[in-house]
Amino acid sequence: MILESTNNNQQSTINNNMSKTKNWPLWEIFVRSKNGLEHRHFGSLHAADADMALENARDVYTRRNEGVSIWVVESKNITASNPEHNGEMFEPAQDKVYRHPTFYELPDEVKHM
Amino acid sequence: MKQNLYNYILGIADNSLILGQRMGALTGHGPSLETDIACTNISLDLFGQVRSYYQYAAKVAGDKRTEDDIAMLRHEREYLNVLLVEQPDTDFAYTMGRQFLFDVYHFLFLTELQKSKDLTLSAIATKSLKEVSYHQRFSTDWIKRLGDGTEESNKRMQTAIDDLWTYTDELFHQTDADKEMVAEGIGVDVTTLKEAYYQKVADVLQESTLTIPESKYFQKGGKQGIHTEHMGYLLAELQYMQRAYPNMEW
Repeated sequence: MILESTNNNQQSTINNNMSKTKNWPLWEIFVRSKNGLEHRHFGSLHAADADMALENARDVYTRRNEGVSIWVVESKNITASNPEHNGEMFEPAQDKVYRHPTFYELPDEVKHM
Repeated sequence: MKQNLYNYILGIADNSLILGQRMGALTGHGPSLETDIACTNISLDLFGQVRSYYQYAAKVAGDKRTEDDIAMLRHEREYLNVLLVEQPDTDFAYTMGRQFLFDVYHFLFLTELQKSKDLTLSAIATKSLKEVSYHQRFSTDWIKRLGDGTEESNKRMQTAIDDLWTYTDELFHQTDADKEMVAEGIGVDVTTLKEAYYQKVADVLQESTLTIPESKYFQKGGKQGIHTEHMGYLLAELQYMQRAYPNMEW
Protein backbone atom coordinates (compact mmCIF):
# COMPACT_ATOMS: atom_id res chain seq x y z
CA MET A 1 0.00 0.00 0.00
CA ILE A 2 1.01 3.63 -0.36
CA LEU A 3 0.93 5.78 2.73
CA GLU A 4 -0.16 9.27 1.79
CA SER A 5 1.03 12.20 3.81
CA THR A 6 -1.94 13.05 5.97
CA ASN A 7 -2.81 16.68 5.55
CA ASN A 8 -6.49 17.34 5.98
CA ASN A 9 -7.35 17.72 2.32
CA GLN A 10 -5.92 14.37 1.36
CA GLN A 11 -7.49 12.79 4.38
CA SER A 12 -10.96 13.75 3.24
CA THR A 13 -10.26 12.53 -0.30
CA ILE A 14 -9.33 9.12 1.01
CA ASN A 15 -12.47 8.89 3.10
CA ASN A 16 -14.66 10.01 0.23
CA ASN A 17 -13.24 7.30 -1.99
CA MET A 18 -13.94 4.77 0.69
CA SER A 19 -17.58 5.63 1.11
CA LYS A 20 -18.03 5.56 -2.65
CA THR A 21 -16.68 2.05 -3.08
CA LYS A 22 -18.02 0.85 0.29
CA ASN A 23 -14.66 -0.63 1.17
CA TRP A 24 -13.84 -1.32 4.77
CA PRO A 25 -11.06 0.90 6.11
CA LEU A 26 -7.48 -0.25 5.82
CA TRP A 27 -5.53 -1.45 8.86
CA GLU A 28 -1.79 -1.93 9.37
CA ILE A 29 -0.86 -5.17 11.08
CA PHE A 30 2.07 -5.64 13.45
CA VAL A 31 2.99 -9.11 14.68
CA ARG A 32 5.37 -10.20 17.41
CA SER A 33 6.89 -13.48 16.22
CA LYS A 34 8.01 -14.60 19.64
CA ASN A 35 8.37 -13.28 23.13
CA GLY A 36 11.33 -10.96 23.48
CA LEU A 37 11.18 -9.70 19.92
CA GLU A 38 9.48 -6.49 18.89
CA HIS A 39 6.28 -6.25 16.86
CA ARG A 40 7.08 -5.96 13.17
CA HIS A 41 4.98 -4.62 10.34
CA PHE A 42 3.53 -7.64 8.49
CA GLY A 43 1.20 -5.99 6.01
CA SER A 44 -2.22 -4.44 5.76
CA LEU A 45 -5.80 -5.61 5.37
CA HIS A 46 -9.39 -4.38 5.36
CA ALA A 47 -11.74 -4.60 8.31
CA ALA A 48 -14.83 -2.79 9.58
CA ASP A 49 -13.39 -2.12 13.04
CA ALA A 50 -10.49 -2.98 15.33
CA ASP A 51 -11.97 -6.25 16.57
CA MET A 52 -12.50 -7.51 13.05
CA ALA A 53 -9.03 -6.31 12.09
CA LEU A 54 -7.57 -8.47 14.88
CA GLU A 55 -9.51 -11.53 13.77
CA ASN A 56 -8.64 -10.98 10.13
CA ALA A 57 -4.99 -10.47 11.03
CA ARG A 58 -5.02 -13.69 13.01
CA ASP A 59 -6.35 -15.56 9.98
CA VAL A 60 -4.29 -13.83 7.31
CA TYR A 61 -0.92 -13.46 9.04
CA THR A 62 -0.59 -15.98 11.87
CA ARG A 63 -2.17 -19.16 10.47
CA ARG A 64 1.26 -20.70 9.92
CA ASN A 65 2.31 -20.14 13.51
CA GLU A 66 4.02 -16.82 12.85
CA GLY A 67 3.02 -14.93 15.93
CA VAL A 68 2.30 -14.65 19.63
CA SER A 69 0.86 -11.13 19.66
CA ILE A 70 -0.86 -8.81 17.19
CA TRP A 71 -1.27 -5.04 17.07
CA VAL A 72 -3.62 -3.37 14.62
CA VAL A 73 -3.80 0.32 13.80
CA GLU A 74 -6.00 1.99 11.25
CA SER A 75 -3.81 3.14 8.38
CA LYS A 76 -5.20 6.68 8.39
CA ASN A 77 -3.71 7.14 11.87
CA ILE A 78 -0.21 6.73 10.52
CA THR A 79 1.60 9.90 9.60
CA ALA A 80 4.19 9.18 6.94
CA SER A 81 7.12 11.21 5.76
CA ASN A 82 6.79 12.78 2.34
CA PRO A 83 9.09 11.17 -0.28
CA GLU A 84 9.62 14.64 -1.81
CA HIS A 85 11.39 15.68 1.37
CA ASN A 86 13.76 12.73 1.35
CA GLY A 87 16.71 15.00 0.59
CA GLU A 88 16.46 17.14 3.68
CA MET A 89 15.15 14.29 5.80
CA PHE A 90 17.67 11.56 5.14
CA GLU A 91 20.66 12.69 3.10
CA PRO A 92 22.36 14.61 5.90
CA ALA A 93 22.81 11.28 7.71
CA GLN A 94 24.59 9.60 4.81
CA ASP A 95 28.09 10.96 5.43
CA LYS A 96 28.13 10.62 9.19
CA VAL A 97 29.61 7.17 9.65
CA TYR A 98 30.67 8.07 13.17
CA ARG A 99 27.06 7.71 14.19
CA HIS A 100 27.28 3.97 13.69
CA PRO A 101 28.47 2.14 16.78
CA THR A 102 31.25 0.47 14.82
CA PHE A 103 34.17 1.88 16.74
CA TYR A 104 33.88 -0.39 19.74
CA GLU A 105 33.19 -4.08 20.18
CA LEU A 106 29.82 -5.34 21.36
CA PRO A 107 29.85 -8.07 23.98
CA ASP A 108 28.45 -11.37 22.65
CA GLU A 109 25.63 -11.25 25.21
CA VAL A 110 24.04 -8.26 23.49
CA LYS A 111 21.64 -9.62 20.92
CA HIS A 112 19.36 -7.98 18.37
CA MET A 113 21.48 -4.88 17.80
CA MET B 1 -15.41 -54.83 15.27
CA LYS B 2 -17.11 -52.54 17.75
CA GLN B 3 -19.91 -51.38 15.46
CA ASN B 4 -21.41 -48.94 17.93
CA LEU B 5 -18.10 -47.22 18.63
CA TYR B 6 -17.37 -47.07 14.89
CA ASN B 7 -20.74 -45.49 14.15
CA TYR B 8 -20.35 -43.15 17.07
CA ILE B 9 -17.00 -41.85 15.78
CA LEU B 10 -18.45 -41.36 12.30
CA GLY B 11 -21.40 -39.48 13.75
CA ILE B 12 -19.00 -36.94 15.23
CA ALA B 13 -16.48 -36.90 12.39
CA ASP B 14 -18.95 -36.59 9.51
CA ASN B 15 -20.26 -33.29 10.92
CA SER B 16 -16.76 -31.83 10.73
CA LEU B 17 -16.06 -33.34 7.31
CA ILE B 18 -19.20 -32.02 5.65
CA LEU B 19 -19.02 -28.59 7.28
CA GLY B 20 -15.31 -28.48 6.41
CA GLN B 21 -16.17 -29.27 2.79
CA ARG B 22 -18.77 -26.49 2.75
CA MET B 23 -16.32 -23.93 4.14
CA GLY B 24 -13.47 -25.17 1.97
CA ALA B 25 -15.61 -24.81 -1.15
CA LEU B 26 -15.67 -21.06 -0.45
CA THR B 27 -11.95 -20.79 -1.15
CA GLY B 28 -11.63 -18.01 -3.70
CA HIS B 29 -15.33 -17.18 -3.39
CA GLY B 30 -15.48 -15.48 0.01
CA PRO B 31 -17.01 -12.01 0.23
CA SER B 32 -13.60 -10.45 0.87
CA LEU B 33 -10.03 -11.67 0.86
CA GLU B 34 -9.92 -11.64 4.65
CA THR B 35 -13.18 -13.54 5.25
CA ASP B 36 -12.24 -15.95 2.47
CA ILE B 37 -9.07 -16.91 4.33
CA ALA B 38 -10.96 -17.08 7.63
CA CYS B 39 -13.47 -19.56 6.16
CA THR B 40 -10.65 -21.65 4.71
CA ASN B 41 -8.92 -21.68 8.09
CA ILE B 42 -12.06 -22.97 9.75
CA SER B 43 -12.28 -25.63 7.06
CA LEU B 44 -8.69 -26.73 7.66
CA ASP B 45 -9.27 -26.90 11.41
CA LEU B 46 -12.26 -29.16 10.81
CA PHE B 47 -10.37 -31.38 8.34
CA GLY B 48 -7.59 -31.72 10.91
CA GLN B 49 -10.10 -32.97 13.46
CA VAL B 50 -11.64 -35.26 10.87
CA ARG B 51 -8.32 -36.96 10.22
CA SER B 52 -7.89 -37.85 13.89
CA TYR B 53 -11.42 -39.26 14.06
CA TYR B 54 -11.18 -41.31 10.86
CA GLN B 55 -7.74 -42.66 11.75
CA TYR B 56 -9.29 -43.89 14.97
CA ALA B 57 -12.35 -45.21 13.14
CA ALA B 58 -10.08 -47.13 10.74
CA LYS B 59 -8.33 -48.68 13.71
CA VAL B 60 -11.64 -49.66 15.30
CA ALA B 61 -12.89 -51.08 11.99
CA GLY B 62 -9.80 -53.27 11.91
CA ASP B 63 -10.10 -54.14 8.22
CA LYS B 64 -8.15 -52.76 5.28
CA ARG B 65 -9.96 -49.43 5.16
CA THR B 66 -7.87 -46.30 5.67
CA GLU B 67 -8.92 -42.86 6.88
CA ASP B 68 -9.18 -41.77 3.24
CA ASP B 69 -11.46 -44.66 2.32
CA ILE B 70 -13.77 -43.78 5.16
CA ALA B 71 -13.82 -40.11 4.20
CA MET B 72 -14.14 -40.51 0.43
CA LEU B 73 -15.67 -43.82 -0.50
CA ARG B 74 -18.94 -44.07 1.32
CA HIS B 75 -22.35 -43.67 -0.25
CA GLU B 76 -24.67 -40.86 0.73
CA ARG B 77 -26.76 -43.02 3.04
CA GLU B 78 -23.63 -44.01 4.95
CA TYR B 79 -22.76 -40.47 6.03
CA LEU B 80 -24.11 -39.76 9.49
CA ASN B 81 -23.77 -35.97 9.73
CA VAL B 82 -26.64 -33.77 10.86
CA LEU B 83 -28.65 -32.00 8.16
CA LEU B 84 -27.56 -28.57 9.41
CA VAL B 85 -23.97 -28.82 8.21
CA GLU B 86 -24.84 -29.81 4.64
CA GLN B 87 -27.06 -26.76 4.01
CA PRO B 88 -25.82 -24.62 1.10
CA ASP B 89 -24.15 -21.20 1.08
CA THR B 90 -27.21 -19.30 -0.09
CA ASP B 91 -25.47 -16.10 0.97
CA PHE B 92 -22.92 -15.11 3.59
CA ALA B 93 -25.66 -14.84 6.23
CA TYR B 94 -26.45 -18.54 5.67
CA THR B 95 -22.77 -19.44 5.81
CA MET B 96 -22.32 -17.68 9.15
CA GLY B 97 -25.72 -18.77 10.46
CA ARG B 98 -24.92 -22.42 9.73
CA GLN B 99 -21.48 -22.01 11.31
CA PHE B 100 -22.85 -20.30 14.40
CA LEU B 101 -25.68 -22.76 14.99
CA PHE B 102 -23.19 -25.61 14.71
CA ASP B 103 -20.34 -23.97 16.66
CA VAL B 104 -22.45 -23.42 19.76
CA TYR B 105 -23.38 -27.11 19.72
CA HIS B 106 -19.85 -28.22 18.81
CA PHE B 107 -18.33 -26.32 21.72
CA LEU B 108 -20.78 -27.76 24.27
CA PHE B 109 -20.35 -31.24 22.81
CA LEU B 110 -16.53 -31.26 22.85
CA THR B 111 -16.46 -29.84 26.37
CA GLU B 112 -18.40 -32.94 27.48
CA LEU B 113 -16.50 -35.34 25.23
CA GLN B 114 -13.33 -34.39 27.08
CA LYS B 115 -14.70 -36.42 29.99
CA SER B 116 -15.08 -39.55 27.85
CA LYS B 117 -13.64 -42.79 29.19
CA ASP B 118 -12.28 -43.36 25.69
CA LEU B 119 -8.88 -41.68 25.89
CA THR B 120 -8.53 -41.16 22.13
CA LEU B 121 -11.85 -39.35 21.85
CA SER B 122 -11.13 -37.33 24.95
CA ALA B 123 -7.73 -36.28 23.56
CA ILE B 124 -9.21 -35.25 20.20
CA ALA B 125 -11.88 -33.26 22.03
CA THR B 126 -9.33 -31.38 24.11
CA LYS B 127 -7.22 -30.54 21.07
CA SER B 128 -10.23 -29.46 18.98
CA LEU B 129 -11.78 -27.33 21.66
CA LYS B 130 -9.38 -24.41 21.19
CA GLU B 131 -10.10 -24.34 17.48
CA VAL B 132 -13.82 -24.51 18.02
CA SER B 133 -13.67 -21.73 20.64
CA TYR B 134 -12.27 -19.51 17.93
CA HIS B 135 -14.86 -20.66 15.35
CA GLN B 136 -17.59 -19.80 17.80
CA ARG B 137 -16.11 -16.40 18.49
CA PHE B 138 -15.78 -15.68 14.77
CA SER B 139 -19.28 -16.77 13.79
CA THR B 140 -20.87 -15.11 16.83
CA ASP B 141 -19.19 -11.83 15.88
CA TRP B 142 -20.64 -12.08 12.40
CA ILE B 143 -24.15 -12.84 13.65
CA LYS B 144 -23.95 -9.69 15.74
CA ARG B 145 -22.49 -7.59 12.93
CA LEU B 146 -25.06 -8.66 10.38
CA GLY B 147 -28.00 -8.79 12.80
CA ASP B 148 -27.24 -5.41 14.31
CA GLY B 149 -25.94 -3.93 11.05
CA THR B 150 -28.02 -2.36 8.29
CA GLU B 151 -31.68 -2.99 7.56
CA GLU B 152 -30.64 -5.21 4.66
CA SER B 153 -28.09 -7.26 6.63
CA ASN B 154 -30.56 -7.70 9.50
CA LYS B 155 -33.23 -8.95 7.10
CA ARG B 156 -30.90 -11.45 5.46
CA MET B 157 -29.45 -12.69 8.75
CA GLN B 158 -32.97 -13.20 10.10
CA THR B 159 -33.99 -15.11 6.97
CA ALA B 160 -30.97 -17.39 7.30
CA ILE B 161 -31.61 -18.08 11.01
CA ASP B 162 -35.31 -18.72 10.33
CA ASP B 163 -34.47 -21.19 7.56
CA LEU B 164 -31.70 -23.01 9.39
CA TRP B 165 -33.63 -23.18 12.67
CA THR B 166 -35.53 -26.22 11.49
CA TYR B 167 -32.27 -28.24 11.48
CA THR B 168 -31.20 -27.40 15.06
CA ASP B 169 -33.35 -29.88 16.98
CA GLU B 170 -31.68 -32.86 15.30
CA LEU B 171 -28.41 -32.01 17.06
CA PHE B 172 -29.98 -33.35 20.27
CA HIS B 173 -31.44 -36.59 18.91
CA GLN B 174 -29.83 -39.78 20.18
CA THR B 175 -29.02 -42.65 17.85
CA ASP B 176 -28.73 -46.24 19.01
CA ALA B 177 -24.95 -45.92 18.94
CA ASP B 178 -25.26 -42.75 21.04
CA LYS B 179 -27.29 -44.48 23.71
CA GLU B 180 -24.92 -47.43 23.83
CA MET B 181 -21.86 -45.19 24.10
CA VAL B 182 -23.45 -43.02 26.79
CA ALA B 183 -24.16 -46.16 28.79
CA GLU B 184 -20.51 -47.17 28.50
CA GLY B 185 -19.29 -43.75 29.65
CA ILE B 186 -17.71 -43.08 26.25
CA GLY B 187 -20.32 -40.92 24.57
CA VAL B 188 -21.94 -37.60 25.38
CA ASP B 189 -25.62 -37.50 26.26
CA VAL B 190 -26.59 -34.81 23.76
CA THR B 191 -30.06 -34.40 25.23
CA THR B 192 -28.44 -32.72 28.24
CA LEU B 193 -26.86 -30.03 26.02
CA LYS B 194 -30.13 -28.79 24.59
CA GLU B 195 -31.06 -26.25 27.24
CA ALA B 196 -27.63 -24.61 27.37
CA TYR B 197 -27.57 -24.55 23.56
CA TYR B 198 -30.85 -22.74 23.05
CA GLN B 199 -30.04 -20.37 25.92
CA LYS B 200 -26.70 -19.40 24.37
CA VAL B 201 -28.19 -19.06 20.89
CA ALA B 202 -31.08 -16.96 22.24
CA ASP B 203 -28.65 -14.65 24.07
CA VAL B 204 -26.63 -14.01 20.92
CA LEU B 205 -29.70 -13.53 18.72
CA GLN B 206 -31.14 -11.08 21.22
CA GLU B 207 -27.91 -9.10 21.37
CA SER B 208 -27.89 -9.09 17.57
CA THR B 209 -31.40 -7.58 17.50
CA LEU B 210 -32.64 -10.73 15.78
CA THR B 211 -35.87 -12.52 16.55
CA ILE B 212 -35.70 -16.00 18.04
CA PRO B 213 -37.72 -18.26 15.72
CA GLU B 214 -40.82 -19.72 17.30
CA SER B 215 -41.26 -22.55 14.83
CA LYS B 216 -41.60 -25.95 16.42
CA TYR B 217 -41.33 -27.80 13.12
CA PHE B 218 -37.99 -29.56 12.87
CA GLN B 219 -36.27 -31.68 10.23
CA LYS B 220 -34.32 -34.80 11.03
CA GLY B 221 -32.72 -37.76 9.29
CA GLY B 222 -29.04 -36.97 8.83
CA LYS B 223 -27.97 -39.09 11.78
CA GLN B 224 -29.68 -42.06 10.08
CA GLY B 225 -28.13 -41.27 6.71
CA ILE B 226 -31.27 -39.70 5.23
CA HIS B 227 -30.04 -36.40 3.85
CA THR B 228 -31.41 -33.29 2.17
CA GLU B 229 -31.22 -32.81 -1.59
CA HIS B 230 -27.99 -30.80 -1.23
CA MET B 231 -25.94 -33.70 0.05
CA GLY B 232 -25.55 -35.52 -3.27
CA TYR B 233 -24.05 -32.47 -4.98
CA LEU B 234 -21.71 -31.89 -2.07
CA LEU B 235 -20.49 -35.49 -2.14
CA ALA B 236 -20.07 -35.42 -5.91
CA GLU B 237 -17.59 -32.60 -5.52
CA LEU B 238 -15.92 -34.07 -2.45
CA GLN B 239 -15.49 -37.52 -3.96
CA TYR B 240 -14.91 -36.63 -7.59
CA MET B 241 -11.17 -37.31 -7.74
CA GLN B 242 -11.34 -40.64 -5.94
CA ARG B 243 -14.29 -41.80 -8.05
CA ALA B 244 -12.77 -40.67 -11.35
CA TYR B 245 -9.24 -41.89 -10.56
CA PRO B 246 -9.58 -44.67 -7.96
CA ASN B 247 -6.68 -44.95 -5.50
CA MET B 248 -5.16 -41.76 -6.77
CA GLU B 249 -2.70 -40.14 -4.38
CA TRP B 250 -1.14 -36.68 -4.15
